[in-house]
Amino acid sequence: MSAPALLDVRHLRKTFSIRRGFSRKVVGQVRAVDDVSFTIAEGETLGLVGESGCGKTTTARCILRAMTPTSGEILFRAADGRVVDLAPLSRAELRPLRPQIQMVFQDPFGSLNPRMTIFDNVGEPLLVNGLRDRRARLDRVASLLELTGLRPELMHRFPHAFSGGQRQRIGIARALATEPRLVVADEPVSALDVSVQAQVLNLLLELRTRLHQTFLFVAHDLAVVKHVSDRVAVMYVGQLVELATTEAIFGRPRHPYTAALLRAVPVPDPHAPGGDVALAGEVANPAAPPSGCYFHPRCPFTTETCRREPPALREVAAGHLVRCHRAEELTLQGVG
Amino acid sequence: MTTPVLEVKDLRVHFLLDEGVVRAVDGVSFDVHPGQVVGIVGESGCGKSVTVKAILQIVEPPGRIVGGRILFRKDGASAADLAELDPKGAAMRAIRGAEIALIPQEPMAAFSPVHTVGDQIIEALRLHQRQWRPEGSRLSRGEARQLTVELFRSVGISMPAERVDAYSWQLSGGLRQRAMIAMALSCKPRLLIADEPTTAIDVTTQAQILTLLRDQQRRDGTAIVFITHDLGVIAQMAHHVVVMYLGRVMEQGAVADIFDAPKHPYTRALLKSIPTVRVAPRTLLPTIAGSIPHPLGRPRGCPFHPRCPDAIPGICAERVPALRPVGPGQRASCFLYHRDEADEP
Ligand SMILES: Nc1ncnc2c1ncn2[C@@H]1O[C@H](COP(=O)(O)OP(=O)(O)O)[C@@H](O)[C@H]1O
Ligand SMILES: Nc1ncnc2c1ncn2[C@@H]1O[C@H](COP(=O)(O)OP(=O)(O)O)[C@@H](O)[C@H]1O
Ligand code: SF4
Ligand code: SF4
Ligand SMILES: [Mg+2]
Ligand SMILES: [Mg+2]
Repeated sequence: MSAPALLDVRHLRKTFSIRRGFSRKVVGQVRAVDDVSFTIAEGETLGLVGESGCGKTTTARCILRAMTPTSGEILFRAADGRVVDLAPLSRAELRPLRPQIQMVFQDPFGSLNPRMTIFDNVGEPLLVNGLRDRRARLDRVASLLELTGLRPELMHRFPHAFSGGQRQRIGIARALATEPRLVVADEPVSALDVSVQAQVLNLLLELRTRLHQTFLFVAHDLAVVKHVSDRVAVMYVGQLVELATTEAIFGRPRHPYTAALLRAVPVPDPHAPGGDVALAGEVANPAAPPSGCYFHPRCPFTTETCRREPPALREVAAGHLVRCHRAEELTLQGVG
Repeated sequence: MTTPVLEVKDLRVHFLLDEGVVRAVDGVSFDVHPGQVVGIVGESGCGKSVTVKAILQIVEPPGRIVGGRILFRKDGASAADLAELDPKGAAMRAIRGAEIALIPQEPMAAFSPVHTVGDQIIEALRLHQRQWRPEGSRLSRGEARQLTVELFRSVGISMPAERVDAYSWQLSGGLRQRAMIAMALSCKPRLLIADEPTTAIDVTTQAQILTLLRDQQRRDGTAIVFITHDLGVIAQMAHHVVVMYLGRVMEQGAVADIFDAPKHPYTRALLKSIPTVRVAPRTLLPTIAGSIPHPLGRPRGCPFHPRCPDAIPGICAERVPALRPVGPGQRASCFLYHRDEADEP
């Protein structure tokens, strides 16, 4: 990647304690995010995929500093060119950086204040940021709504007057209000009706292409991720197992888990071969992960080494990172 | 052609609320043949769940079946209209669970948290034991338990003898769904209704559950009504597809015809607009304008007309198109094909 990294996440870990009983005694640890590293270049969209519970939201919330990581660095290139590690910062230290990293939520119903008009919802981050002039705020909100495909004259209505897809556009307008350098979108279309998902995906893609907006795009749906991402990171039980360009992940996956995920997605074509169960068993418990490769109990290519030694994340081709002992020798099927 | 196990004819289920009438199901017709998987596909709120609840007579008040017939045929017997039966009567109870089994949309709510899943299945087995003991001898508790263990094994639950004694909340999502399927199959239903059985679970587990249902259907020839909003799942599961929108059937036909030669503008637009893993990365998708209207703000005329690129001025906003043949075994409700075939509004 030639562009300088806007975000450089290094060895990120987040561990939750499992507490039981009356005394809230700690009985175990969930390694929700387990040594995750990746970068996002300016103007790039990085897709983060994996099945539920693999640590996507926890990763996103650590980057947003909605929670404090257990360890690791979150290096962020701020607007003034400084590179700041967000991981250890206090609330007060984070405050001036907050406008530069914004969030789009999954639930377009819960993320807007129902008692505030669209103007106030979208304009609030501007006000917080010191834009006190109402006229200027009106102009800015109008152009944000236009940008996200909404009619500016509707800005004095309340959220309940809008459909799910429209509310998600409003949520995106709000996230863009402070001209953030990074937008983190956690499952932004999974709560939407199928017939409006495409509208919102197209909008995100246009923001990337036209405004060079940088996104961390989190989703469990591989098709959705393919539609917007430049590169894709695949997580399994708190770890990255593969990271490469979207073309490589879908066309030539090199981790058995990625290939299995791709094969499990039902294709809307009745003539497509389907029905083979790509993976037996269930996702490992992050509180008690298996020995060696976390994926070995489900992997069709397991060897003795896999059971014993945890594989490292290695670069097996230019820009293609894989956590598998056998990445070079396996030829796995993609979907093109 | 075989005789259908189930014929739904012009079914209407309305909810009479203080704010107005929600016409959740408003003239739905389809047939299910023995051994067939009928996929009902549609976006949330289009009336899929209410349709199948009506079939089992378990629509919650203030919902009410206000029209139509639900003809269900037992082996060799003449058809009974389920819509006419007393929801609480003996006839309906004998059908529910035993003849027609439901895998409900919320599997968590389907199991009681205070009894083990095994006990609940044993109970169901003993209640409907005629399915297992046609000659009329009694099924003992021990035998019912043994059957339950076998059922668990057949739906791919490992350590079935131990899992029988688990509570539903102790099981993972995938295992709970398998236990739910075991319960639904426990009485060898003639018709199995699966309401979004994989919506809350991950793709790799979904693939396992879909395979399980498909194998079951092939082995026992059980007819299945399979509900989902996922066109990929429909393509992989269904023989026959029913596409719903706002309480009405837009189109129905053989799965290959629906995907290769969709006729209704809604089916066509939906198929083009869904993201799939097959298309090139970062391509703009064709979209459907607008959004699904509020249940109380149903448009007049064709329910799809405010979003339809082909709407015919002066016609589509005025009258409701009837479901009519558009090809062999394929029907659509659209004035593009039958300009003069309107339904009751
Ligand atoms: N606040 C929390 N306390 C304890 N465990 C948590 C908490 N948040 C998440 N987890 C656990 O961390 C793991 C990762 O969760 P999450 O990041 O939400 O995954 P994803 O977004 O990929 O579905 C899961 O096992 C989850 O149960
Ligand atoms: N208990 C209820 N009270 C009022 N309206 C209901 C109730 N249940 C369903 N509906 C309405 O009926 C319509 C169809 O719902 P449903 O069959 O659950 O949709 P689907 O299963 O296709 O998502 C929706 O508009 C919903 O608002
Ligand atoms: S390291 Fe071994 S078990 Fe893990 S994914 Fe690779 S082949 Fe499979
Ligand atoms: S009846 Fe008219 S509005 Fe409805 S789908 Fe056909 S062309 Fe479109
Ligand atoms: Mg999440
Ligand atoms: Mg439903």
